[in-house]
Amino acid sequence: MPKVKFDILESTCVPLPFENVDTDQIIPARFLSATTRDGFGDNLFRDWRYLKTGEKNNEFVLNNPKFSGKVLVAGKNFGSGSSREHAVWAIFDYGFRVVVSSFFADIFMNNSLNNGLLPVVLPEQLLMKLQNLIQEDPATKVKVDLDKQTFTIIPTGDTARFAINPYKKECLLKGLDDIDFLLSMKSLITGFETNKTS
Amino acid sequence: MEAKTLFDKIWDAHVVRSIEDGPDVLYIDRHYIHEVTSPQAFNGLKERGIPVFRPGKTIATADHNIPTRDQHLQIRDELSRNQVERLSENCKINGIELFGLNHSKNGIVHVIGPELGYTLPGMTIVCGDSHTSTHGAFGTIAFGIGTSEVEMVLATQCILQPKPKKMRITVNGILQKGVTSKDIIMYIISEISASGATGYFVEYSGSAITSLSMEARMTICNMSIEMGARGGLIAPDEITFDYLRHLPSIPGIDDLKSSVSLWKKLKSDSDASFDRELEFDASLIKPMITYGTNPGMGMSIDGTIPMTEDKNKEASSSYLKSLEYMGLKPGMKLLGHPVDYVFIGSCTNGRIEDFRAFAEVIKGRKKATGITALIVPGSKKVEEQMAVEGLLEIFTNAGFEVRQPGCSSCLAMNEDKIPAGKYAVSTSNRNFEGRQGPGARTLLASPLTAAAAAITGKISDPREFLTDEITIKN
Repeated sequence: MPKVKFDILESTCVPLPFENVDTDQIIPARFLSATTRDGFGDNLFRDWRYLKTGEKNNEFVLNNPKFSGKVLVAGKNFGSGSSREHAVWAIFDYGFRVVVSSFFADIFMNNSLNNGLLPVVLPEQLLMKLQNLIQEDPATKVKVDLDKQTFTIIPTGDTARFAINPYKKECLLKGLDDIDFLLSMKSLITGFETNKTS
Repeated sequence: MEAKTLFDKIWDAHVVRSIEDGPDVLYIDRHYIHEVTSPQAFNGLKERGIPVFRPGKTIATADHNIPTRDQHLQIRDELSRNQVERLSENCKINGIELFGLNHSKNGIVHVIGPELGYTLPGMTIVCGDSHTSTHGAFGTIAFGIGTSEVEMVLATQCILQPKPKKMRITVNGILQKGVTSKDIIMYIISEISASGATGYFVEYSGSAITSLSMEARMTICNMSIEMGARGGLIAPDEITFDYLRHLPSIPGIDDLKSSVSLWKKLKSDSDASFDRELEFDASLIKPMITYGTNPGMGMSIDGTIPMTEDKNKEASSSYLKSLEYMGLKPGMKLLGHPVDYVFIGSCTNGRIEDFRAFAEVIKGRKKATGITALIVPGSKKVEEQMAVEGLLEIFTNAGFEVRQPGCSSCLAMNEDKIPAGKYAVSTSNRNFEGRQGPGARTLLASPLTAAAAAITGKISDPREFLTDEITIKN
């Protein structure tokens, strides 16, 4: 698993105001045959991004030159369904560093945190306000401060505190990795095994 | 002593260390892997120069990305072939037991685990696949994980995991004729939505659950993830122990009797408390079908697609977008709607009982013209059993082709794709956009409902095809 650092990010946003966006939409199964973590961004939201003919779907937000940025602002229940971490790799590889929603699926949340993609949960009303602001002015910037656990809509000053597990926060701030942590506990694990079998 | 739920008992017995304000270090008894979500994890170990810590606790199969025809030939697609070969190499190098393609015990990971005796009560079980929740039917904590977590388990046999909240879903009452465990779980999901159990681990209880066979229980636990739950489990009982007693062998267990006496203690204390409790009446459940693009969008087979009453703009536009994808409209009935494809199989409904149910409706009838059916056993053992019981003959006589085992059209990674715009009644678990192929329109249902569609060519009520003398096992 990669070691990625995150502290403060200021960026414009890409809006994706749909509910229940599942990981099959994020990266369809037919693109999961690779054996490395690279290059999945090319097929992010593949079947929304491209028409059946293979041409770009100009109505889809990723193909709209008005919108760009490192923050994906999604709808409720984002990342449901399959446990495929490829979904997170695709979002990260495309260039996003933060995903905002009012509600994330559990496995997607874990996978994001394990790859340095910060999932930010906002209250539903603020999320809707943000969606509207971005639609009205695609230059709307937000600031995400992991240490302070704050999400700010810069032009309006709206600020919300978001939750994150303190252990995971520490990992992201320092670029630490779960496997190093677990490996440092090998003797404790072996001891647990011995107790369990005796 | 503090009253505990079954979930707490198993979880607490596997905590190696609790991190203050952080996740628990949880020990994993059984790790299943397959070709799609494991290669990057093995790469990670290689980059660190570390071995697999406990290779004996990991079991591998190839299932997601394999063809269901001509399995003895080389896999045609180069990327798929490479992925399957990588799994074989990784298992060989690391001393992991592999039930790969063409192995006599090959099959879908969540079908072969239980049938080969690798899933046992009280275990913690993970796999890089969200339907790992299936194994909860045996009274285990089983859940899907991402590839980084697969790497953690390979490296240390542990995973860092926050403890989820606990929910109990009680289903009491007697099921109507033609209603299966698939309908129970689809009904629950339609009631609480595709995200209604997110953050929770579910325990299923009640007379309508405890009267089910192990196969039927696996179907229920399998779809726990479709309401967002981390997993679902059912306390082991005599039905569980009987299933295990009938297995040819159980690896690592010499004295089943003494194990059973320990497993009998695996139940929630009567005064244990749950964060959320739900109750349903089994007698109200009818055969179910989905009409939208998430499993929460389900209704009874004779129902009407709901009008959207949600005032939330985002929710209502998502709802209408979903129906538009399906080529359906609010207020429509689905009975009589034409169907192009039928898929029976997957880790949800690819076990022997599911094919028996399918056969009960098919027997003596013919496949409807215009229907393409994919009949895909969940494992080689299921395939063999189908032959022994004469089911293969029933299917062939009715005009169906039976495929070789694999995940197949459930996620359509292989060639078994439903063409764009076509309607498929599917016994699998997800009706997401494009799940069964780009543009495919999936209607989830039980094996009985799938069979009724296969012989009529349209969405039909399976109860009309069941005689009173035959009782369908759920």
